[in-house]
Amino acid sequence: MEIVLALAIGVLTGSGVWLLLRPRTFQIIMGLSLLSYAVNLFIFSMGRLGLAVGKEPVLAAGVPQDLQHYADPLPQALVLTAIVIGFAMTALFLVVLLASRGISGTDHVDGTQAPGSQEMP
Amino acid sequence: MSTLLPELAARSMPHLMLAPIVLPLFTATLTLLMREERQRVKLGLNIASTALGLLIAVALLGWAHEASTPAGMGVYLQGNWAAPFGIVLVLDRLSALMLVLTSTIALCAIVFAGTRWHRAGVHFHTLYQLQLMGLAGAFLTGDLFNLFVFFEIMLAASYGLLLHGSGRARVQSGLHYIAINLAASSLFLIGASMLYGITGTLNMADLARCVPLVAPQDLGLLHAAAAILATAFLIKAAVWPLNFWLVPAYSAATAPVGALFAVMTKVGIYTLLRLWTLMFGSEAGASALFGGAWLMGAGMLTMAFGAIGMMASQRPVHQAGFAALLSSGTVLAAAGFGQNQLTAAMLYYLPGSTLAIAALFLLADLIERWRTDGTALRADDGDEAPFLTPELVPRPGLNLDDEEEVLVGRAIPAAAALLGLAWLMSTLVIAGLPPLSGFVGKFAMLSALLNPLGLGSSAGVQPGAAGWTLLALLIATGLLSLMALTRAGMRNFWAASERLAPRLHVLEGLPVAALLAACVALTLGAGPVMRFTEAAANALHAPDTYIRAVLQAQPVAGPAPAPVPPAVGLTPGAAR
Repeated sequence: MEIVLALAIGVLTGSGVWLLLRPRTFQIIMGLSLLSYAVNLFIFSMGRLGLAVGKEPVLAAGVPQDLQHYADPLPQALVLTAIVIGFAMTALFLVVLLASRGISGTDHVDGTQAPGSQEMP
Repeated sequence: MSTLLPELAARSMPHLMLAPIVLPLFTATLTLLMREERQRVKLGLNIASTALGLLIAVALLGWAHEASTPAGMGVYLQGNWAAPFGIVLVLDRLSALMLVLTSTIALCAIVFAGTRWHRAGVHFHTLYQLQLMGLAGAFLTGDLFNLFVFFEIMLAASYGLLLHGSGRARVQSGLHYIAINLAASSLFLIGASMLYGITGTLNMADLARCVPLVAPQDLGLLHAAAAILATAFLIKAAVWPLNFWLVPAYSAATAPVGALFAVMTKVGIYTLLRLWTLMFGSEAGASALFGGAWLMGAGMLTMAFGAIGMMASQRPVHQAGFAALLSSGTVLAAAGFGQNQLTAAMLYYLPGSTLAIAALFLLADLIERWRTDGTALRADDGDEAPFLTPELVPRPGLNLDDEEEVLVGRAIPAAAALLGLAWLMSTLVIAGLPPLSGFVGKFAMLSALLNPLGLGSSAGVQPGAAGWTLLALLIATGLLSLMALTRAGMRNFWAASERLAPRLHVLEGLPVAALLAACVALTLGAGPVMRFTEAAANALHAPDTYIRAVLQAQPVAGPAPAPVPPAVGLTPGAAR
């Protein structure tokens, strides 16, 4: 389980960073989204009780009520907050992206394109 | 007045600590609900609320500095939960100082905005108040994740404010600004959650308590987490090479917003200072002073970059942006030494330089409007010398220094005199020349470098290579910024003979004068202010009091609890 999660986080982060370094606004917003997914998964894995495989996330009947038997609740709260904020920020970035596209007529991050550049449209 | 405010604060504490966060939130809600046409009411509300915020901040400052408060520290347990479990607000001298600085600049900027800038777009006042709320929250919180939330509030509002007024330059630099800040927020989350994974707490005081107890095999992870977190703050503090976004963004923003943004780099510095002294102070065991050399080095590089940038730029607003870099680099480099005297001197330098940079942002707007006779500068006007052709030859018909007889006996218009005087004063503060507060701050830093133990004892303590470098840089960057700002002043004020006199609204001149008056007040009150910053620096470098005050704060005892009913619902048998 650990290796799967680590791979997922690694692939998401790698793709996110690569997309962030691209010159197109759409690629950047995709990169930021992937990066925030990776960060959310990473926060989950940072619980104090390990990855909590097979442990209850919420109180359940018949399970002794101590932290040995439940997943660490704090990272879940953190992830929830981070998701909400991340969505709002992505939405805001999208608006600015559209405004920039409308004003400059190109989706290049600098609003202009170097003359003679062979960038894929 | 001076005794009345702390008296009032002492009576209403600790609940007054909430006011810097709740008051802007309330005003923001109120202005959001009003129709967009009611600009005047909104403006009045905004100014009144910001002025009240300044009074509250001053009261809190007085309260935090009073000897009667335990160690000059207020702890507010939100929701009445004890410290490591609930989210706490902590007020000490440093956060109170930052609150007063922020409110002062905010009040001046909003008065300035009232003449015309606040009408350049919608929801200016709401965003402005939310920005103030985020700033105050970041200064007051004692919890790492809560800090993230307040950072996001502050940033979300700053995106809106930066885009206020629209136009191609703003949207373009706003895009870069948002992208880099979103990436920085991801780093923040990674660092904060890693710290939680290692220490099991997000409370800053509890974190400081846990750091010396971290197992040796986890130290690498701890340092990695701290470094990732610090990178997020260093991006906010605009450290070289993470600062390419700052000058385009700040110079594209409308003038009052630029002035308010002058505080934003200081938020990054504040959090760095707070967390670094808490986690990696001298009592942190194996990781004591971890990363100090990086802070020093990065700060010095930023100083050099800022000073060279000031020399290289022609538009006053770009120079103001680079001056912000220079100031934050200076503060950061001085903080990296982790030395009480130097930190105290740096804390004295910080408010003065921030006020002067805010004044410079406002001035730059007035000067550029004067120079272009009211027409807005085109976005693609670039960074060209105002009175020179692209080949750096004086434009024809410009009176540089011939025809001097025309100038003799001509009265200087009051507005031009005010602008010139204000430019001169902010130059003095930023370059660190006497008699203003920049000089006192820089002098105190230099003497702390040469005599780390205080003026009385100079026996055999050497500043070391890093100390000498900072010493040289402090003087050299002062000279460079002096040259840059003087040159711009000569171009804009002395070569202006054929222009009309600048037309200035009283409400535009007043905030600039107020900001510079605050610098003068800092100079006149240098003794008490320095004693205050010394106490703040001592508290920073001996975080024991902070840790104890937060962790031992007791929840308020409620009324006697009602008899507890037998907890049938919680036993597994009854639930089934």
